[in-house]
Amino acid sequence: MTEPDQSTADGSPALRVDHLWKVFGPRADRIPGSPEGELSRAELRERTGCTAAVKDVSFEVEQGEVFVIMGLSGSGKSTLVRCLTRLIEPTAGEVSIGGQDVAALSTSDLRDLRREQVSMVFQHFGLLPHRRVVDNIAYGLEVRGEKKSERLARAQEVVDLVGLGGYESAYPDQLSGGMQQRVGLGRALAGDPSILLFDEPFSALDPLIRRDMQQEVVRLHREMSKTMVFITHDLNEALKLGDRILIMRDGEAVQVGTPDEVVGAPADDYVRDFVSEVPKSHVLTLRWVMRPPTSDDVLDGPALPVGTIVQDAARTVLRADRPVRVLDGDELVGVVTEDEILRVIVAEEDVA
Amino acid sequence: MTVADAAGRAGSRRGLALGGVAIVWIVLAFVLNGRQTLAVARSDLSDFQRWVNGVNEDLGTDRGGNAVLRVLDGLSSALGSVVSTLQGWFSDAPAGRPVPEVGWLGVVAIAVLVVWAVAGWRWGVLTVLVFGAFGTFGYWEESIDTLLVTFLAVLITLVLGIPLGLWMGISPRVTTVVTPVLDVLQTMPSFVYLLPITLAFGIGAAPAVIVTAIYAFAPVVRVTAEGIRSVDPGVLEASESVGTTTRQRLLGVQLPMARRTILVGVNQTIMAALSMVTIAAFINSPGLGVPVITALQSLDVGTAFTAGVLIAIMAIWLDRVTTQAGERTGLVRSPSRTRRRRAGLVGGAVAAGVAVYYSRLYLDLAAFPERPDLGSPVRDGAQAVADWVSDHGSVVTRPVTEAFTYGLLNPFQALLADSPWWLTAGALVAIGALVGGWRSGVTSVACVAIILAVGIWHEAMVTLASAFVGASITILLALVVGVWMANNHRVDLVVRPVLDTAQTIPPFVYLVPALALFGTTRFTAIVAAVVYAAPVAIKLVCDGVRGVAPTTVEAATAAGSSRWQLITKVQLPMARSSVALAANQGLLYVFSVVVIGGLVGGVGLGYLVVAGFSQTELFGKGLAAGIAITALAIMFDRMTQGWVRRTSPTNQVVG
Ligand SMILES: Nc1ncnc2c1ncn2[C@@H]1O[C@H](COP(=O)(O)OP(=O)(O)O)[C@@H](O)[C@H]1O
Ligand SMILES: [Mg+2]
Repeated sequence: MTEPDQSTADGSPALRVDHLWKVFGPRADRIPGSPEGELSRAELRERTGCTAAVKDVSFEVEQGEVFVIMGLSGSGKSTLVRCLTRLIEPTAGEVSIGGQDVAALSTSDLRDLRREQVSMVFQHFGLLPHRRVVDNIAYGLEVRGEKKSERLARAQEVVDLVGLGGYESAYPDQLSGGMQQRVGLGRALAGDPSILLFDEPFSALDPLIRRDMQQEVVRLHREMSKTMVFITHDLNEALKLGDRILIMRDGEAVQVGTPDEVVGAPADDYVRDFVSEVPKSHVLTLRWVMRPPTSDDVLDGPALPVGTIVQDAARTVLRADRPVRVLDGDELVGVVTEDEILRVIVAEEDVA
Repeated sequence: MTVADAAGRAGSRRGLALGGVAIVWIVLAFVLNGRQTLAVARSDLSDFQRWVNGVNEDLGTDRGGNAVLRVLDGLSSALGSVVSTLQGWFSDAPAGRPVPEVGWLGVVAIAVLVVWAVAGWRWGVLTVLVFGAFGTFGYWEESIDTLLVTFLAVLITLVLGIPLGLWMGISPRVTTVVTPVLDVLQTMPSFVYLLPITLAFGIGAAPAVIVTAIYAFAPVVRVTAEGIRSVDPGVLEASESVGTTTRQRLLGVQLPMARRTILVGVNQTIMAALSMVTIAAFINSPGLGVPVITALQSLDVGTAFTAGVLIAIMAIWLDRVTTQAGERTGLVRSPSRTRRRRAGLVGGAVAAGVAVYYSRLYLDLAAFPERPDLGSPVRDGAQAVADWVSDHGSVVTRPVTEAFTYGLLNPFQALLADSPWWLTAGALVAIGALVGGWRSGVTSVACVAIILAVGIWHEAMVTLASAFVGASITILLALVVGVWMANNHRVDLVVRPVLDTAQTIPPFVYLVPALALFGTTRFTAIVAAVVYAAPVAIKLVCDGVRGVAPTTVEAATAAGSSRWQLITKVQLPMARSSVALAANQGLLYVFSVVVIGGLVGGVGLGYLVVAGFSQTELFGKGLAAGIAITALAIMFDRMTQGWVRRTSPTNQVVG
């Protein structure tokens, strides 16, 4: 790499996506920017035979952030994440990783990017069936030409890190799905990349295993604070892991925001539908339920920060015999009473 | 619903049209019988045939002047000396020695060691018995020669074919270019390869190796490419995501993951090679084909049977050993077992070395002993059975032969060969278009034109009549036995291994029992062809019927269908594309044997090809016959392929 390692440089985003398009079909490159580009997916297919899998999507991911992309099946998530390292060539738009324009990279620079900076974890694992667990984990290192002793030593570290100790010499088909995905995770981590991409890594797993693996990702993120782009169609997973969430529909970005923004202020009916099932009290903060103080309020009750999750605030508010003050720093921004709390917890009402 | 309705309507319209064509054809054939049939005397040559004769003579007399020919000759003589060196080591005494460098004991030891290493010790033991049969039946040298030529050809094929297959697997463009060539290679009956090869390379062991390598080329290329293409795209993508180069993916992911599939291709290649090597006796290839052909030509059933049995044993042995070797690859062994195995193999290698050493010291261990002689009793027994059949069995075989001859063969021949050429040609093109679609119609026009151009129309139609009869019997058998197997697990259990075995035996071995039963009639070749083609067709029908969803069968049974209704209304219609594929494969297999049958039956194109080998003035006619056979095979392949495509549920190309 000729570029300096950007992962340590502060300020600049780890990943920037700018007006990205991916259109499948005949003469796809004429679609972005043309009037046809405005058509809905179904109409576009009818008229031109092309499918706009990703349609004019832009976002930025900060260093160390966990950025979740969510949407129903077919909404273009997999295509989008593959465009980031050109596993699928984008039709139009710009992707830059650590300040480098990915579209401009030569074949060998692109290979270096994949070898050194960005790794990916796949829904169906993509393990090599004829290699042992350690060899699968060391695969990326082998590909970039590291010596056998070095890469096996590094692979052994990773084996322990992802909880596969004792299974080094097993073959993938001897492992359960959850264990196989640990191998996939290990392969991605072995090269010590600055960005990890996950394409629905836990969708193929049982619910209990899935929860374990989500904990594992949370732990790894805490320990290594890598930038992560995480694809899922499971809102609970998105809320649990994401610092911010991008919601996609039919190839388009519908909303970007923090979990409480998405739940508290859905951008449209699609998103509202999506979030209708989540217990709001687990996600929303007091910011979303408080009301402005009125002259009738007695303002000497207990105080809570504005970022407190409703569920955690409930006990204090219900116990208090007067309105609880909501503070942003030292500033009073609103009050909450029993009414507001119960509306969210019991009635699950929309707040917006 | 509407799609199915439309398809149904189109189907019945097509049926009506076919019926119309058939009626017109039959009526006109009846009225115009015997006119403009283009029948010619055997010695009458067309312009094309005379021209080929001229080329053949020129090539025979003056080869030094042409650079291309010099290269071909160089290649041929290099291969020839490789073969004779190998023969000197293993089968045929080289100059200055009374026996080969390695005596029979050494050869057996080496073979056992190799088989043990690739397929396990049980097959090693069996190898002793197989090689014992080679020697005690009296065909040691021929057997080893067959193996040598086969392996040399397979080696060449693999060295060239696997890389090409890999390239095809990763490049759609190469696939588009190579596939049609492979298609033609695989539709050409094996017999047809021989004459053009003699044109370029002459006759002998070297051309035999070359023709075998070419014939065995298609399966390994196809299967390798298929193996590469069927590697899980998810694994490939994951490998790409860590930054692999194309080469790293090919060698580290695609090749290892396709290894088992490629070994299936290697097995198919070896079997194809063996079947070609036996036929290559026509161009003086050394080996077991020689005694079979000589004996067939002199109607010596006993000898033909003895050598034929050895070919069958060799085929079954090679098939099982290579299949087993393929299944054992990628086997995970514990470290202690690996160590023991390695020690065992080293010990075995030492023992083999000792055996080779002693086989050079003692004459008894070098030349295979004359006793015990199992060959004579087998030969005499087979001859006795054949004599008995020809004396007493005709009570049964005569009526069968006559029923088929007068009931099927002669009517078909009258329709195809004894009616005016333009009528038959028109009918074939019309049927081609109706059954296989317009593209098949165009192919039919081209193929008919080629047959007319090489001046061999009448014989081609005589052959076609035989092939039709053979194919009809084959398909009938396939329907009956296939449906029976599909509906009765126990029958399947018994019949399937028999079919698998029958499929591995080179086709012309089947001429021997057919000859014993039916003598030198047209029917003999047809019987051999049916025996060879039936296993494939039966298995295809059976698997197709079995592929009908159990829930559908259950629903039909619950609705009160009788067994017969279930078969005719549910299973066969739903397995239509498998039946079509069975017809396609059955027809091609029948073609390839009906042609070889010219050796004993004495009619049609096959006879002309055989005559082309023995009489220089008929070389051109033989080659023309070969071209006509290929044209017929391609025409019917395309026709039935079109049918398969139309009936296949996914509408994809099959085969
Ligand atoms: N190679 C392709 N060719 C044509 N269309 C494709 C291709 N890959 C994906 N698509 C289409 O693009 C859309 C988005 O697919 P995908 O990115 O896989 O969605 P998701 O991962 O959100 O389920 C779908 O409508 C899909 O059919
Ligand atoms: Mg997806």
